[in-house]
Amino acid sequence: MSAAASRPFWWRSIGQRLTILLAVIAAVLAILSWWMVTSFAREAAERTQDNVLVASATSIAEALRSEQGTILLELPYSAFAMLDAIGEDRVFYRVAADGETLTGYEDLVPINPPDRPGDVAVRTLSFRGDLVRMVTIQRTVLAGQQPVSVLVSVAQTRTGVEAIGTGLSRTAAVLSVAFFLLAVGLGAFATTSSLQPLNSFAQAVTRRGPSDLRPLRRRVPDELSPLLIALNRLMERLGQSIRRSEEFIAEAAHRVRTPLATVRAQAELALHTVEKDNEKQMLRRMIRAVDESSRSASQLLDHATVSFRADALAQDRVDLAELAAKVTEGLEPTAEMKDIALHLDAEGPADVRGDTILLESALRNVLDNSVKYSPAETEVMIKLSKDDATHWRITIRDHGRGFSADSLPELTARFKRGTNVEKVVGSGLGLTIAEEVLQAHGGRLELSNPQDGAGACVSLILPAA
Amino acid sequence: MRFTHIARSLAVALLLLLSGSAVAALEIEDRKLYRGTGDRVISVLSTADLAVFEPFILQFQIEQPDIGIDYQVASSTEVHKAIRDGAAFDLAISSAMDLQFQLANDGAAQAYSSPTTQRLPVWARWRDQVFAFTAEPAVTVISRERFAGLDRPKTRQELIALLRQNPEVFQNAIGTYDVRISGLGYLFATQEARNSDTFWRLSELMGGQGAALYCCSAQMIDDVGSGRLALAYNVLGSYATERIARDDRLEILELEDYATVMLRTALIPATANDEQSAALFLDRLLEEGMRDTPETWDLPPLGAANQPEARAYGPIRLGPALLVYLDKLNRGAFLRAWSDAMLQ
Repeated sequence: MSAAASRPFWWRSIGQRLTILLAVIAAVLAILSWWMVTSFAREAAERTQDNVLVASATSIAEALRSEQGTILLELPYSAFAMLDAIGEDRVFYRVAADGETLTGYEDLVPINPPDRPGDVAVRTLSFRGDLVRMVTIQRTVLAGQQPVSVLVSVAQTRTGVEAIGTGLSRTAAVLSVAFFLLAVGLGAFATTSSLQPLNSFAQAVTRRGPSDLRPLRRRVPDELSPLLIALNRLMERLGQSIRRSEEFIAEAAHRVRTPLATVRAQAELALHTVEKDNEKQMLRRMIRAVDESSRSASQLLDHATVSFRADALAQDRVDLAELAAKVTEGLEPTAEMKDIALHLDAEGPADVRGDTILLESALRNVLDNSVKYSPAETEVMIKLSKDDATHWRITIRDHGRGFSADSLPELTARFKRGTNVEKVVGSGLGLTIAEEVLQAHGGRLELSNPQDGAGACVSLILPAA
Repeated sequence: MRFTHIARSLAVALLLLLSGSAVAALEIEDRKLYRGTGDRVISVLSTADLAVFEPFILQFQIEQPDIGIDYQVASSTEVHKAIRDGAAFDLAISSAMDLQFQLANDGAAQAYSSPTTQRLPVWARWRDQVFAFTAEPAVTVISRERFAGLDRPKTRQELIALLRQNPEVFQNAIGTYDVRISGLGYLFATQEARNSDTFWRLSELMGGQGAALYCCSAQMIDDVGSGRLALAYNVLGSYATERIARDDRLEILELEDYATVMLRTALIPATANDEQSAALFLDRLLEEGMRDTPETWDLPPLGAANQPEARAYGPIRLGPALLVYLDKLNRGAFLRAWSDAMLQ
């Protein structure tokens, strides 16, 4: 963590990291190409000037001739006209025979002139305040019988060459910047599109429900397939482990329930045989405790059933009116013990598609909760109605203490109970089971405190078949 | 430019040629100081006559009253020599573009750039040091009186034929530059010799007919006007036009094959004392030259370089090739050939 924190902010994202690294590479390449183009352009311009100077000096050297022992020269017009080609540059020249200036600028003395006839020396030197490029050619002319070595030097300033170099360098700079921007844009695009599979993979995982542990089946790039395989294996192991623990819980609940029933029967029997009031009281408390344990065990079993059956949900046609009637009837004895009247208002058919056992378990748990939290001699309303065109709603309304407003959103979490349930025994699983069942069926659970008077209102909403 | 002699003898010419380089003092032919309201005075060394330039100078002083102008007239070789030897002038104006070019090439001029100089055509400036402000063709001026009854030739070929067929008209009645003493004449002759071989045939013909040699355009035009000459070849067009406007004995012969066009140029010498004022003067000079018809002088505008006959070779190129005929060996060879043709 500390290593990650010391990195620059962009290092934390692969996308930004790639984009910035690609931009840096593009910048390096752009600068490199600009520098190369600039130096090539300058070299080409310089070489062109050298060639023109050599051509000029050669044409002057070729115009040399001798007549009666004197060396004569008529400068060819083209020798100087061609020097105009590169730019507006100052031109200097000197023709010297055996070190004597024949014509031209006397102070233009060649440095390291060529030794042999026909050789060319190209030098850069400073002349009359300017840097000049000078070409010197040696030619031997026969003056009478005497061979005379003649040096022809032509020099030119480098303004034109520099102007060409600067102009091309500027063009290259503009092009390099353009290429850099293009490369950055393309790099960003490449990064985004390369990372796209990773993002959609992450989204696919995020979109999953909390209990959806099915393996991910999608095409991913080769680099991501190890991750996908590892993730799927992890989910499989996780699923197995959850299943094992659910099975264990169901097994445990089941095993506890049977002895509890025996204990309850024995306690009931004992209740009829004892005379003393305090003993009767003791036995009643015992029976109630056994009832609670048995109820909790049932709920644990229900919950395990929900987890198990929701994975491969049955699609039976279920009539909610029938279901409600059956569940209400099943809870009638418990309600009677507390003198609670159950009012059922359900007219069929109200068909939904789903697992009868799960839906029954959901409704029973909600209704059981209502009966449990209702005070004696009150009534609980069960009402089946159309929620909208495509949904059914079963509303269960009691006159108990209601939900405490601050714990409303989290009540459906496993083993979570309201903050106002003191003195009532409970596991906190009832609403969780109901909600899980409804979600598995594409429905939802709504909890509210009705505006008119005390009590709680729980609605089970299910899509119509 | 305005020497008093009419035609120089060969001896005088040779003497001048020999002693020319030895002359140290600057030979000023004319000089006038135009005082400004301030202390600033720019010294201008020019080959153009005062009469030609005065209206421009007066106009400039209306616009820039605080700048005084010390205008000095000298020949083109004198101007070149003075600037080359480092005489302190703020502006050098010359009709000898080859000499002006050489000054800039040898580092005697300083660079100056302004929006005005940038507007000049590329061929009218070099290195931002030499600036052209006129494009002046060399023309042939004839005497109407002496040409009475003769066809006007349209090309140099026809002119050669005409000279051959009418020796009685043209014997000792042709005038042209003595290229040995006139820088401008030398420039015209070398450029024409380079462009066309008719130049040498014409020279030989004129030499055979005892052509009179002149230092300057003005004298030639004078002599054509007086009827002493029937024809003057390679006269500075601007002077001829100005003279013909007030002298109907003269006529310009329209030779349509080609025209040699010279650029009158200005430069700011490296030794200038008041570059800023010189630059103002130069800008104004160039603006005048870029007008379609300059208002203050009779010199032709730069646009004259686009006239049909001037377009054959374009104006003489402001570039290193101008150095070719300034080379002493080349100059010697050319003058030998020219003398052989002209002084038979």
